[in-house]
Formats: sequence, C-alpha cells, structure tokens
Amino acid sequence: MELLYFGDNGWGDELAVATLMTIAVSITAMIIGFAFAAIFTPLKLSKKKYLNLISNSYTTVIRGVPELLVIYLFFFGGSGAIMYVASIFGYNDYIEINAFITGSFSIGIISGAYSTEVFRGAVQSIDKGQFEASKVLGISKFCQFYKIILPQMLRLAIPNLSNVWQITLKDTSLISVTGLVEIMRQSYIAAGSTRDPLFFYSWAAVLYLMLTYLSMKFINKLETRYNRGY
Amino acid sequence: MDLELMITSFPKLLSAAIVTLKLLTASLFFGLFIGLLFAILRISKNIFINKFAYGYSYVFRGTPLLVQIFIIYFGLAQIEYLRTSFLWVILKEPYWCAIIAFTLNTGAYTSEILRSAFQTIKPGTIEAGKSLGISNKIIFYKIQIPIAIRQSLPAYGNEIILMMKGTSLASTVTLMDLTGVAKYIISTTFKPIEVFIVAGGIYLFMTFIIHNVIKYLEKKYSFQ
Repeated sequence: MELLYFGDNGWGDELAVATLMTIAVSITAMIIGFAFAAIFTPLKLSKKKYLNLISNSYTTVIRGVPELLVIYLFFFGGSGAIMYVASIFGYNDYIEINAFITGSFSIGIISGAYSTEVFRGAVQSIDKGQFEASKVLGISKFCQFYKIILPQMLRLAIPNLSNVWQITLKDTSLISVTGLVEIMRQSYIAAGSTRDPLFFYSWAAVLYLMLTYLSMKFINKLETRYNRGY
Repeated sequence: MDLELMITSFPKLLSAAIVTLKLLTASLFFGLFIGLLFAILRISKNIFINKFAYGYSYVFRGTPLLVQIFIIYFGLAQIEYLRTSFLWVILKEPYWCAIIAFTLNTGAYTSEILRSAFQTIKPGTIEAGKSLGISNKIIFYKIQIPIAIRQSLPAYGNEIILMMKGTSLASTVTLMDLTGVAKYIISTTFKPIEVFIVAGGIYLFMTFIIHNVIKYLEKKYSFQ
C-alpha cells in the first residue's frame, strides 16, 4: 500500500492528477461531441436528402470503425493536416499539437456521433402537435427551438446521454496510446518503474469504477430534476 | 492521395482482418456461455448469487476494456503461482489473454442483455406451460430460452458490433490484428488518411454484414 502514498515515495499524487486529467479530457470530449451533435442533428432531421446523407455517413463511419483507429488517424494525421493548412497561409515550420487537444478532439468526434443519434431520437419522439401548435401561435423558429423543443428534448435525451458519457469516459483510456498522462498512462508508467503491474492496473480499474459510479449518481439526480414536471 | 499505397496495403490489411474475425468469433462463442450462465445467476432468488453476478457485470461494464486486457496480460504474469501452473501455457500467449479479456467483457454485457430478455417474458407464458404439466426444466429450455434469445437479438447485434470494435485493442498487447497492422503501416509510411480509408472500409464492411445477418435473423424469428 505504500506505493499509493502521496509525495516522492508513492504514486498517490500522480494518480490523483491523472484522474483529474481523465475527467478533464472526458468533459472536453463530451463538449466537443455536443458541438458536433449540434451541427449534425439538424442535418439528420432535415428534409433534404443530401444533408441526411452527410450526417448519416458521419455517424455510420464513426460508429462502425474502432475508436483506436480514429485516434491513430488524428494522432498521426492531425499535425500533418494542420501544417498543410498553415502552409497555405505561408507558415512552413513544424507544428506539434498538444496530446490533450488531439485526444479530446478524437474522442469528441466519436462521442459526437453517439450524441447525434441520441438527440435525433429525442427530437423525433417529441409530439408533432408541439411543432404545429408553436407554428400556429406564430412563435419564431428560434424561439420554438429554445423554449419549446429543447427543454422537452433534454428530458428525453438525458438517460441515453448518460450512456454516451459512460462510453466517452471509458474511451479516454485509449488516448493513453498517444502519451497523454491520464489514469491508464500513469498506471503504465508506475507499473513499468515498480514492476508491479497487477497492483497498478487493478487500481486503475478501481479509479474508473469510482468515476462511473459517481457520475451515475450525479446523472440520476439530474434526471429527477428534469423529470419533476412528470 | 496515394492510391498505390492503398492498393499495396489492402491484402496485408485483409489478412489481418482474419485475425480480427478469429478473435471476435472465439470471444463471442465463449462469451455467450458466460453471459447465459450469469444471466441465469442474475435471475436466481438467492441474494448472494444474485449480488455476485451483478458485481461481475458491474465491474466489467464499468471499467474500460483496455484495463481488463492489461490486468490479464501484464498483471496476471506477476503472480508466481500462476507462472508455475499449467495455466501459464495459456496466459503467456497474448492471443489467449486477449480472448480471455474479450470473453469476460462481452460475457458481462451479454448477461445483462439476456437478463432483461428473461424478465420481459410474460408470466402467463410460463404459467401456461406449468398448467399444461410441462416440467420446469423443459419450460426453461424449450420456452424461456428461445423467447429470450429472440427478444435479445437486436441488442445482441449491437453487442457483436461493439465487440468487433473492441478487438482492435488486441493491438495494444502486440497482436497484429487489423488495427495493429494499420498502425504499423501508418507509422512506417506516415500516410494516415489512406490507411484509415482502407482499414476503416474493411471494418465498415464487416459491420454491414453483421448488421444485415442480425436483421435477417430478427425477421426470420419474429413472432408475427
């Protein structure tokens, strides 16, 4: 157990920082995912066929291809793509992107695909009369979305979003391959230098379980809050 | 776009896809048994057995698959006793370690899917069987299990696809599956987009086939 002491002799403080890093990456990825969902959900719900096609190919490809492959694409391809764009503007030096940004961006794209499906389902299960009534009352499209559709949609989306959150949280373990020091990477380093992989990986599992348990508690609270009118 | 690289890497990736499929079928096969076993334990009335099965599925669903593989591949090798026992023949191979981890993982998810399927069976069906004088054993094997399998098909189809994506983690324990070979080609040629298109295309093709097979089975075994 002295391996977990805080300070120079133990790995306690390192693991605590790594846990915070995992949380930070998960939240950033989730927010990036929401941004993607905000773009692709309207495309999915649109009546134009080609807009549907764009959105469908995004969700199909991302949900059909392993997360690790997507991460490798951004890890190896990310700086190349940015350097290419920069060279158009006349900047030719080597650009290295931060592991945190590549990591949360690639996980964000994955979680965005799942969020898009969740939001699409939620909007589609809102009663059609709600749209028609707001139209009849002369409410503007903007107001209709923010005051009528969004609050109802969120209530329906929260249980499924909690699944997306769990997936995202567990997917962050995969960014350890890019060298970002989160729980998995830190356990790998600690296991390597103490030659005690069983202890550290089990401890990593405990940390992940703790995170999923606590976030479930929190989401359940949120769910009752949004359900209070029902 | 480097078309030549895409063409030359295609056969390499295709042969690596066979490793992926082997891992997938082996872990699904064993996982189904474990899932069925734990689903039966989950609906048992004994609270200790019930809690044990719940704990198993909670731990394996609440932790990332990567941690599970690392514990089995790197962690178990540390135990002196295991290294001298006959189990070491299996546990020293990354291939079997990956299969064990995938099996336990998919077993946990499958047990949840089957449990909820068992619970959606209407009590009337079982009561009808009982009133016809059919023994409990036959009710279980001939009535409950077929209905549960039918009920759980859509969710199990999703689980197969998730597991297929999960096998990509075998590349982290030195196995050269589809993702492993793709990573190797990317890191030697530095052309991630081309390799991603080819490898991702193969994965999407497999997803497409699994999806359609499940859809066909759903239709074939539908109640209507």
